[in-house]
Amino acid sequence: MTAVALSGVERIFRTGKGRQVVALEAIDLTVGEGEFVSLIGPSGCGKSTLLRQIADLDSPTSGTVSVFGKTARQARLDHDYGIAFQQAGLLPWRTVAANISLPLQLHGVEKATAAARVEQLLEMVGLSDFAKSFPDQLSGGMQQRVAIARALAEQPKLLLMDEPFGALDEITRERMQSELVRICQESGAAVVFVTHSIPEAVFLSDRVVVMSPRPGRIVGIVSTTPVAGVERGEAYRDDESFFHGVQEVRHLLHSGHATDGPRGEGAR
Amino acid sequence: MPQADGGSESVTTVRRGERGTSNRAHYRAALLGVAGIALAASAWELYKAFGPQAGVTVGQTIVLPRANDGVMPHIWQMFTEFGKPVTAGTGSQTIGGAVLAATWFTLRLAGTGWIVGVIIGFALAMLMTRSRVAEAAALPWVVVSQTVPLIAIAPLLAGWGQYLHVGSWQWGLPQSVMVISAYLAFYPMSIGALKGLTSPDVYQLELMHVYGIGWWRTFLRLRLPAAVPYLLPALRLAATMAVVGAVVGETSVDLQGGVGYLIISFQQTAGLSDAARAWPPIIGAMVDGLIAAGVVALIGVLLRRYRRGENA
Ligand SMILES: Nc1ncnc2c1ncn2[C@@H]1O[C@H](COP(=O)(O)OP(=O)(O)O)[C@@H](O)[C@H]1O
Ligand SMILES: [Mg+2]
Repeated sequence: MTAVALSGVERIFRTGKGRQVVALEAIDLTVGEGEFVSLIGPSGCGKSTLLRQIADLDSPTSGTVSVFGKTARQARLDHDYGIAFQQAGLLPWRTVAANISLPLQLHGVEKATAAARVEQLLEMVGLSDFAKSFPDQLSGGMQQRVAIARALAEQPKLLLMDEPFGALDEITRERMQSELVRICQESGAAVVFVTHSIPEAVFLSDRVVVMSPRPGRIVGIVSTTPVAGVERGEAYRDDESFFHGVQEVRHLLHSGHATDGPRGEGAR
Repeated sequence: MPQADGGSESVTTVRRGERGTSNRAHYRAALLGVAGIALAASAWELYKAFGPQAGVTVGQTIVLPRANDGVMPHIWQMFTEFGKPVTAGTGSQTIGGAVLAATWFTLRLAGTGWIVGVIIGFALAMLMTRSRVAEAAALPWVVVSQTVPLIAIAPLLAGWGQYLHVGSWQWGLPQSVMVISAYLAFYPMSIGALKGLTSPDVYQLELMHVYGIGWWRTFLRLRLPAAVPYLLPALRLAATMAVVGAVVGETSVDLQGGVGYLIISFQQTAGLSDAARAWPPIIGAMVDGLIAAGVVALIGVLLRRYRRGENA
C-alpha cells in the first residue's frame, strides 16, 4: 500500500478583488511506505501548501488526496501521521517529557504506557538527561528534536516535516540530518520532507521532488537512493553519487525556472 | 534563546529565574520601591520647607501651590491623625478605627466588583476568541463602554435599582457601587484576556487541529495556559480599577461606610486648622489598592509555571 497518493491536485487561493494565486497545479505524486521523499523548490512554489493538503490542514480546490487509502481527514483523525514544522511549537509551560507525551495524553493513552514511550523517544533523540527541563532551557536544535520526538510519539507510519531544520545553523543542521536518517530507519516511517536546501534533500531522500512557482507544479523527480554499498552516513556526503544527485536536482531547479512562463498571478 | 547546540552533554542549560539571581532582583526591587517612597516624601517636605507660603499665582491661575500647614501638612501629621478621635465629644471612635472599618467596607465592595468584572471580562474575551463575528461586534462596544463618564452611570444605576427587589431583598446603594466597580474592572480584563487567549502561534494551533481535539480542549490545553502571562497584568489592572470604581462609586451615589465617603466628609470637616485630617482615609484607599495588587501578585506566584519566558 502507498503512504500518500495525490492525483490532479490543484489549490487556488482567492486573495480578494478577483485576484487569485495558483499555489498548486496538476500535482500527481505517490509516496511509498517507508519511503523518504523531499519537496524542494524556491520560496513560494507551494511546498508547504502541498504538505498541508496531506496533513488535512488545507483542502485542494480540485483533485484527490489519499493517505494510507483513506481521506486526509480520516487519516488525521486516526493519528496516522506525525508532523513537525519549522518552529518547534513546544508548550513553554510543559517539560520536555510532557511536551513529547502531549499527543499521547490528548488521545487517552494510559499514563504508564505513555511514560514508557516517552522514555524511549527521549533516548531516540538523545535528550534523556533533559526530560524535566523546560523548552526555554534548550537550544534551538534541542527544541527541534523534542518536536520530532513528539511527532513520532504515536508511532505513525508517516512523518510530515516542513523545513524542520530551517532555523538551525549549518553544523547543527548536518548533525540533525544524520540523526533523522537513523530515526527514520528505526521507525520505518515514510517521510514527506519540505526543504529548500539541495544537499539536505539529496542526503536524506530516496526521491527528490523538484517544484517551480507560479503556478506551483512538479517539474521533475530525481531518484537519490545511494548506489549499492554506500551507506547514508557522513561518508555519503563525500560520495560521487551524492554529488551527482545534487547536480541533477540543481539542473532541474534551474531549468524549471527557465521554462517558467508567466502563468497564474504573482503572489502577494 | 537558542544557545550553542550539541547532541552531547556539553550543553549548558540556563535556568532562568533561579534562586540566586531572582532573590537579588527582589531585593533590588524592594529597595528601589522604598527609595521611591522616600524620594516622594522628601520632595513633599522640602517643598513645604522652602516653597512659597502663599503659593505663586499668575493672574487667576495657581502656578505653585501654597506650602503652608493648612494645605500641606507634614507627613508625620498624616499618621498621628489616626490616633485622634473623630468628634470632639468623649467616647468618640478614633480616626484610625473609623478608617479601618471604612477600608474593609470598601475592600469588600471592590472585591465583589473585581470578581464580577473579571468573570464578565473573561467571558467576553472567550466569546471574542471563539468567533470573529463576535469580536467584530463586541470589541467596539467594550471600548466605547469606557468613554461613558462614571458620573452619568452612578445616578442611573441608583435610579434603576429602586425597582429591583426579589422578595424582601432590595437593590441598594452597595449594589450600585459594586456595579460601578465591576464596570471599570471588566475592561482591562476583557482586553488583556483577548490578547492572551489569541496569543498561541499558528503552529501550536494547527498542532491541536492535527490532534483532532475540539475548540474546548484546545482552549483548556493551549489558549488558557498561554494566556496566563497576559491575564496577570489584566487582573492587576482590573483590581486597581475595581478599587478606584468602589471609592468613586461611593461618593457618586452617596453611600456611607467606605473610604470614598470618609474622604469627602473628612475633607469637609478638616478646615484650615487641621489639613492632615483629610489624609487618613486617602491612605485607607491606598491600602485597599495595595491589598488588591498583592492578591494578584499571590495568584501570579501560584501560576508561575505558566509564566516561563515571560521575561525571556
Ligand atoms: N492562506 C493563503 N492565502 C493566500 N495565499 C496563500 C496562502 N497560503 C499560501 N499562499 C500562497 O501560495 C503560494 C505557495 O505558498 P507556500 O506553499 O507557503 O510556498 P512554499 O512553502 O513553497 O514557500 C505562495 O504564493 C503563497 O503566497
Ligand atoms: Mg513553506
